[in-house]
Amino acid sequence: MTILNSQHLRNYPVNPKKVYLYGTCLADTLFPDSGIDAITFLEQQGIEVIFPMGQTCCGQPAYNSGYQEEAKNVALAQIKEFPLDIPIVILSGSCGGMMRHHYLDLLKGEPGITEFCDRIYEFTEFLVNALKIQLNDKGSPEKVALHTSCAARREMGVHITGQKLLAQLDNVELVVHKNESECCGFGGTFSVKHGDISGAMVNDKSDSLVEADVVRYISADNGCMLNINGALEYKKEHLRGEHIASYLLSRVNDSTGEG
Amino acid sequence: MAVQQVNAGESKYAESARNFRSNVKRDLANAELRGNFRGAMDYLMDKRKNAFPDSDELETLREQCKLIKQRCLAKLPHLLEQLEDSLTKNGIKVHWAETIDEANGIIAQLIKDKNGATVVKGKSMVSEETALNDYLEERNIECLEADMGEFIVQLAKEHPSHIIIPAIHKNKEQVADLFAEKIPGFERTNDVDKLINEGRRVLRDKFKNADVGITGVNFAVAETGTLCLVENEGNGQMCTAVPDLHIAITGIEKVVEYLDDVPPLLSLLTRSATGQTISTYFNMITKPRQQDEKDGPEEVHLVLLDNGRSQAFADEELRQTLQCIRCGACMNHCPVYTRIGGHAYGTVYPGPIGKIISPHMLGLEATKDLPTASSMCGACGEVCPVKIPIPKLLQRLRQESVKPKGDGPQVMKGQGSNRSTIEAMVWKVWSLMHSYSTIYRMSMWFGTRLRGLMPAKIGVWTSVRTAPKLAPKTLHERVNARNKHAAKKISKQGNQHGSR
Repeated sequence: MTILNSQHLRNYPVNPKKVYLYGTCLADTLFPDSGIDAITFLEQQGIEVIFPMGQTCCGQPAYNSGYQEEAKNVALAQIKEFPLDIPIVILSGSCGGMMRHHYLDLLKGEPGITEFCDRIYEFTEFLVNALKIQLNDKGSPEKVALHTSCAARREMGVHITGQKLLAQLDNVELVVHKNESECCGFGGTFSVKHGDISGAMVNDKSDSLVEADVVRYISADNGCMLNINGALEYKKEHLRGEHIASYLLSRVNDSTGEG
Repeated sequence: MAVQQVNAGESKYAESARNFRSNVKRDLANAELRGNFRGAMDYLMDKRKNAFPDSDELETLREQCKLIKQRCLAKLPHLLEQLEDSLTKNGIKVHWAETIDEANGIIAQLIKDKNGATVVKGKSMVSEETALNDYLEERNIECLEADMGEFIVQLAKEHPSHIIIPAIHKNKEQVADLFAEKIPGFERTNDVDKLINEGRRVLRDKFKNADVGITGVNFAVAETGTLCLVENEGNGQMCTAVPDLHIAITGIEKVVEYLDDVPPLLSLLTRSATGQTISTYFNMITKPRQQDEKDGPEEVHLVLLDNGRSQAFADEELRQTLQCIRCGACMNHCPVYTRIGGHAYGTVYPGPIGKIISPHMLGLEATKDLPTASSMCGACGEVCPVKIPIPKLLQRLRQESVKPKGDGPQVMKGQGSNRSTIEAMVWKVWSLMHSYSTIYRMSMWFGTRLRGLMPAKIGVWTSVRTAPKLAPKTLHERVNARNKHAAKKISKQGNQHGSR
């Protein structure tokens, strides 16, 4: 896959009224709040959200481990669950990159695969480019950092939309942390197969977030947060990450978002 | 960090690549080394960034250079023949080597034919690939590295840790210690200029007396029979002008079709590598010394090495590996390389490019840990000047590495050698579980209910992190409950409307 900043090349749906939500397997078992908050937030924007109960995982773990067939079966099972021709909003840049770009390679020749991949939008990308959202910040002043996953940054171009959303929040100051564009070291099975290297990476990433002296860091990827929050807790730091869906919901609703 | 050959007929780097995991442990624990790499990589990333102030120009140039390299690779067999013809016409002799032993044998014979005893070498990663220094030393031919970085690693009996800046793993204090130990009469100083002058003084003497100069090649132009050499210290020029015999060695993928292909590639190479608009020296070698010329070698030879490159060439996807112009930007931007440094890889070429090219040179069995040692962050692919899709190629190598033996055509040496029955079974089960949503939902339901049983220590994950905490209820369950609640509300409203 070539690295591309896909946002410049896509057509976005105009005034969409109905979307699918792809929660991802990590949100399902570890961060369900982010999923519920994303649904609530989208509904507050007047969007009907369908969450197909048959969705499981995008297949990335097997794909990245070199198990094509195993990944393919899972990918095909996902596609079946999203039959309507409406946008599929996904809560992770990494899984988004998998479904938008790598499915084209993995499922080459499958009928309708290009059309399916074209319907995949990362959550922040969808808010900025499709909804053209204008946020009204009701929260109190605070400093935050933004961690975008590497797939979000390099495959989906989502670091830009993440920044744009936070910039709309009048009382939020975004602090740039050291080596911001560098990977946190998660990388799915990489964190287990090469735990020493992954550990060194997340140590540095969590240190630089702590040095940024912010009250929280925001991320659109639960995988990175699982990794970085785990390292922060291990070091007994107070700093934690929050999914951008939950954060936006709390900011526009004066910290009383449903959950 | 000196690498020893273990199995006869195998590159010495095969064994050191097999030790990747222990190398990583060793080098991660070396705080000074990690500091050296972090500092150097931050500096180089910054230099590159400043060299490309206009991102549109950068992207246009990358696309152009990718297409140049792809065109040249598509015509590779033809261009190599054309190169040989052009060079021969110019009086440069061409030698073909399929293996590193063949290449070393050719070079040793050329030196012997000329009764050579001392060699000065410009920087050449291909000669590192063939372990030429070891080979010549075993035959009592002194081989001195003339590039400052190479000189330092040779003095320390090490190998380059970076393809552009071989001694980048050392800080100035370490270099000063090394010079104090190895160079008689050296007065210890941490002054970088003084250190370089001292190195130069030693090298100058050697240049005067050397019989043979050996260099690499950055671009070999088929159209004109020109060998292009990019360098910053003038040592390349010395190696190709002072001794009577000049032997250039390079990989077959370095051929370009036209002289016009060189300027864009050169511009992208130096800016991607060190952030320089142009290198201090750029040598274009077309002929041996002519009758009316005062300097230059009597003989010029080019050794063209395959060493696994034709294996990569044979597969359309893997062929992209050969687009590489060896700028090193991928390693400069790699978070894994920054952490473990260049020696841990155990291969000649470290970093992301090393992970995708070494399997062709050493086989996938020896290099089985390299393709998986990536978080797939994509930084390498993002900066690659010729747009090699490095993450995609890593993913492909992972596939080849775990492919069942005898499944499909033999694409590469060592294919399937990393397949484990247990891992294959795990993915089979994983796939079934995630292909049938009922099974998936049931498993996740049980998983979240049993979250209290989740161990606090989970292998290497919890060596620097706390264990993941499963939520009390899955997102599926919560959405379900939410939908039911909403449906109830609607039906209640519906009833109210109905009764009105």
